[in-house]
Amino acid sequence: MNHVSMRIDGVRYDDDVEPRLLLVHYLREVAGRTGTPVGCDTSNCGACTVLMNGVSVKSCSVLAVQADGAEITTIQGLANGEWHPLQRAFHEEHALQCGYCTPGMIMAAADLLRDNPRPSEQEVRDGLEGNLCRCTGYQNIVRAVLRVAGEMAGEQAGAAS
Amino acid sequence: MTAETVQEKEVGRARARKEDARLVTGQTNWTDNIQLPGLVHIAFLRSPLAHARITRADTSRAREATGVIAVFTGADLAAEQGSLPCAWPVTPDIVIPQHPPMAVDTVRYAGEIVAAVVARDRYAAADALEAIDVDYEELPPVLDMEEALAEGSPKVHEQGNKSFVWPFSNGDIEAAFRDAPVVLERTYRQQRLIPSAMEPRAVVCAPVGDEFTLWSATQIPHVLRVMLALVTGIPEHKLRVIAPDVGGGFGSKLQVTAEEVLALLIARRLGRPVKWTESRSEGNLAVHHGRDQIQRIRVAAGADGRLRGLDVDLLADMGAYLMLVTPGVPLLGAFMYNAIYKMDAYSFRCTGVFTTKTPTDAYRGAGRPEATFAIERVMDDLAAELGMDPLALRERNWIKHTEFPYTTIAGLTYDSGNYEAATAAARELFHYDELRKEAAERAAAGDPVRLGIGISTFTEMCGLAPSRILGQLAYGAGGWEHASIRMLPTGKVEAVTGSSAHGQGHETAWSQIVADELGVPFEDVRVLHGDTFVAPKGMDTYGSRSLTVGGIAVVAACGKVREKARVIAAGLLEVSPDDLEWSSGRWQVRGDPDQGKTIGEIALATFAAHNLPEGVEPSLDSDATYDPDNFSFPHGTHLCAAEVDTETGAVRLRSYVAVDDVGQVVNPLIVEGQVHGGIAQGIAQALFEEAAYDSSGTLVTATLADYLVPSAADLPAFVTSRTATPSTTNPLGVKGVGEAGTIASTPAVVNAIVDALRPLGVPDVPMPCTPERVWRAIREGAAR
Repeated sequence: MNHVSMRIDGVRYDDDVEPRLLLVHYLREVAGRTGTPVGCDTSNCGACTVLMNGVSVKSCSVLAVQADGAEITTIQGLANGEWHPLQRAFHEEHALQCGYCTPGMIMAAADLLRDNPRPSEQEVRDGLEGNLCRCTGYQNIVRAVLRVAGEMAGEQAGAAS
Repeated sequence: MTAETVQEKEVGRARARKEDARLVTGQTNWTDNIQLPGLVHIAFLRSPLAHARITRADTSRAREATGVIAVFTGADLAAEQGSLPCAWPVTPDIVIPQHPPMAVDTVRYAGEIVAAVVARDRYAAADALEAIDVDYEELPPVLDMEEALAEGSPKVHEQGNKSFVWPFSNGDIEAAFRDAPVVLERTYRQQRLIPSAMEPRAVVCAPVGDEFTLWSATQIPHVLRVMLALVTGIPEHKLRVIAPDVGGGFGSKLQVTAEEVLALLIARRLGRPVKWTESRSEGNLAVHHGRDQIQRIRVAAGADGRLRGLDVDLLADMGAYLMLVTPGVPLLGAFMYNAIYKMDAYSFRCTGVFTTKTPTDAYRGAGRPEATFAIERVMDDLAAELGMDPLALRERNWIKHTEFPYTTIAGLTYDSGNYEAATAAARELFHYDELRKEAAERAAAGDPVRLGIGISTFTEMCGLAPSRILGQLAYGAGGWEHASIRMLPTGKVEAVTGSSAHGQGHETAWSQIVADELGVPFEDVRVLHGDTFVAPKGMDTYGSRSLTVGGIAVVAACGKVREKARVIAAGLLEVSPDDLEWSSGRWQVRGDPDQGKTIGEIALATFAAHNLPEGVEPSLDSDATYDPDNFSFPHGTHLCAAEVDTETGAVRLRSYVAVDDVGQVVNPLIVEGQVHGGIAQGIAQALFEEAAYDSSGTLVTATLADYLVPSAADLPAFVTSRTATPSTTNPLGVKGVGEAGTIASTPAVVNAIVDALRPLGVPDVPMPCTPERVWRAIREGAAR
């Protein structure tokens, strides 16, 4: 057993874990943060995407011990009193149907926009390539991400003027 | 009540969904999220071989492994596990082999369950699987349908490799082909597909005494409850089935699975709650697959392009066993090969074939995408043969909008449609004439990147289904749907539906329907579903049936609430019920609209029950069970422009236009989303996906690294629009939209690719049209 200590959605967790325990299973089954689902076992689908120290990772491809000392943000920690702009945009643009890919898709999109605040449509499509959705055909997901990018640009322009 | 306070109609509004609040915040209740005190985990050992006899299964080491509570083999459960059900014996002499949930002596596909471990956690269960020793005596795999039917083929089952032959014909097919100026014969292959819902399957089962609650990632909690009771002998009333939030289905969760039965039996054996959650690579082996047909299609036409006859001979791969509706899937296509076209004669024959592969069953569209693909492909080929524009050929043959209702050569009566309007709209959005011109110019100039235009003018049968027709087709159940409306004292409404949503947005759409029917705010309606104790009656969600059947049941139940409310309102207002008229959620006195009671006021008065008319029970709650008179027939015109690089074989979809006619629309946002997702799934079949087996019968696409579900980067943006020709057979005028995109898009894409390459001597490209296959087809064309 190895000791891990990490902050998940603002709360500190300390646990002894098997070294082979995947971060996503630590989140779901030890910490009880079931908002992050598992969609595959080959890191292709991205449903389990979370932010580790602000950068998106597929939590099925990270061991819990590798996250020792890290700051983890899941879909359950994204809202800050009110919904994150991506959560709102996914809702309003109908960017989800069954919603299973949604937590990972939103977390990946958050990292994409951090990296590239003004992406083109193609950059959004390429940037979300690691996240699979079977319901939406991606069109409204792309629309939602572009909308948030536009809102963020508008806010910055507003703040600058 | 004055005009200003009349509510805007909810039906037709692009309401953002109620469901989203939990889905975008991670508060969703997936089956795998469920934790119960004492919960233990099941892992299944699966056959690595396609076909073998089990000669020995030694579980002794596994039983001693850390954290292991129990280990079961098929022999351990043989006396109680029964046989997985097939509810659609399509012919009287169909071969339905025994299908034990856990193999006892023989395995017939790689992935079939041979043992189960129950352990403290999922890691311990997975570890212990490796400590089970199973010896197999290999038997020859049966992988090719035509070889399976050949004399001397190894047998999948003792009864042979043929499950059934189902014929249908109407009109004089020989006369239609005799002396026909044009006869085309084509063979198309519908490759095997893996549905790939994003949520892997999961089951939790909790026993309390002799009663059981089973949570499953299923589309069909109601059907599942009945079937589990029949298979296990557990009385139906002691079995509660819950479909909590379910992450997509596409037909793959329209099933009664081995894992559900085994979880229930193991929970009963152990007397403690159990959970099983599959991994993706386990699911690719064991979730039923879709499609896998060989279609031989012959068409006879006049020199002017008028269709005379259509003859279809189908081989359908059942896989190793018949699952819930496996044999019925190709039959759903049998009535659709004639599509929107008029003709003199039609003949159809389907042979169901056993192979040593994962069983097939319903996958989005179920039979109808296959039929639509074949007819739309052959219509394009026929147009090329005749030197006609493929849209003009279709127009020559399709049912005119003035000819509805129209009884087709396959015997269905299409109630409504307007193929002219949808096609005209699509042509314009697509810039059809300009693209045709460009394609011709690029071909003439020898451009290495060719442009092709693909057409799909499709229809489908939705709203499964009139129970009497299902009975005629030997299906084991009816096609009705149930709804209940519960009026709460404060005027809020609970709408209970037998439909079982897994991404479709019923909570939103049904709220819109109820809001209009009862004149209450959208926000005041709560939709309850997916739990057989909460919604005890239902036929569940598949086949684009929820709105056209379940939605109409909701309308009917609301109507009954209104009529009960009318009697009570009359009592409160001291008038005759006949003197009242319904206006925007209120019964009011005809000619004196100031005198009236809202549905909320009536609900409160009913709750108090102080002053009800003599003999009137104090309840507005109402149930309705709706059995449709007919299917519904959505249609549309999809146009695809594909650029094909003749040097690399790469295909790029340049534009895609879809004009769908799904009748009246309850929520345009949801409809558009269904169309987008459907198109993507159909494109995936055309370009990317195939469940492939090697010569030993091993599935070589067992992960999402090998089975190529497309990402955002692989797909274009779609241009969608609608025409609205209401269905005439239901009061909302709705037709269903869940499968339309998938049915339409596959032939549109392949037609575009073949259109680009036909000048190069390429008559067809087998699906999926990968760069390698396209490149080879071009080389073969050049050699011709």
